[in-house]
Amino acid sequence: MKLVYFARVRDAIGVDGEDRDFPDHVMTVGDCIEWLSAESTNYSVAFASRDRLRFALDQQMVCEAAAIEGAKELAVFPPVTGG
Amino acid sequence: MIQVEVSEMPFDASAAMDKLGQLGGGALASFTGIARDDGGVIAIELEHYPAMTDSSLNALVNQAVSRWALLGCVLIHRVGRVKVGEPIVFVGTASSHRTEALEACAYLIDRLKTEAPFWKKEHHSDGASHWVDAKSSDHKRAEQWI
Repeated sequence: MKLVYFARVRDAIGVDGEDRDFPDHVMTVGDCIEWLSAESTNYSVAFASRDRLRFALDQQMVCEAAAIEGAKELAVFPPVTGG
Repeated sequence: MIQVEVSEMPFDASAAMDKLGQLGGGALASFTGIARDDGGVIAIELEHYPAMTDSSLNALVNQAVSRWALLGCVLIHRVGRVKVGEPIVFVGTASSHRTEALEACAYLIDRLKTEAPFWKKEHHSDGASHWVDAKSSDHKRAEQWI
């Protein structure tokens, strides 16, 4: 799965995107966040405040409980501030 | 007439209004958001999620068009570095009557602020920069349209 990060989240992780293969037990967006957070401090810091994270699967906004099955791209970013 | 645009260059809001004015409606409404000098801010950098931005803005416009009887709708959003005083966003609506034009315009800017994938970073005159936090008041305004 392709992962893309924006704004403050990207700054904290240090890359704007990457390709990842998640194990079978990682089934939801929230599972992806927990799995990455356990991997390194960069992710755990970037994902520390869950209520300040927003997600999109294949460019559609979703909640943490959304299933990732079939999705090609997961975006993680802070609440939007355009306009 | 529907126009949705993400622009890396300064845009002309009055030209967009002129186009809407030529549609023959009795009502035009618009909102222009401008980069402001908020305690030493010299510029605002607008980041976006290119793969999602167009579809997100078009979805908002389609929702507005299906909810109100509009003759035309223009939505333009800057990305990249925007100097203080330059427009960041323009929303324009044309309709036969004022209620439709005004409500659709308010709907579009309120929903855009909480749904469209843009992020602002403020650049200050002393060289410091920081990401702008989302405001809970923006979410309350957006929710009133649901």
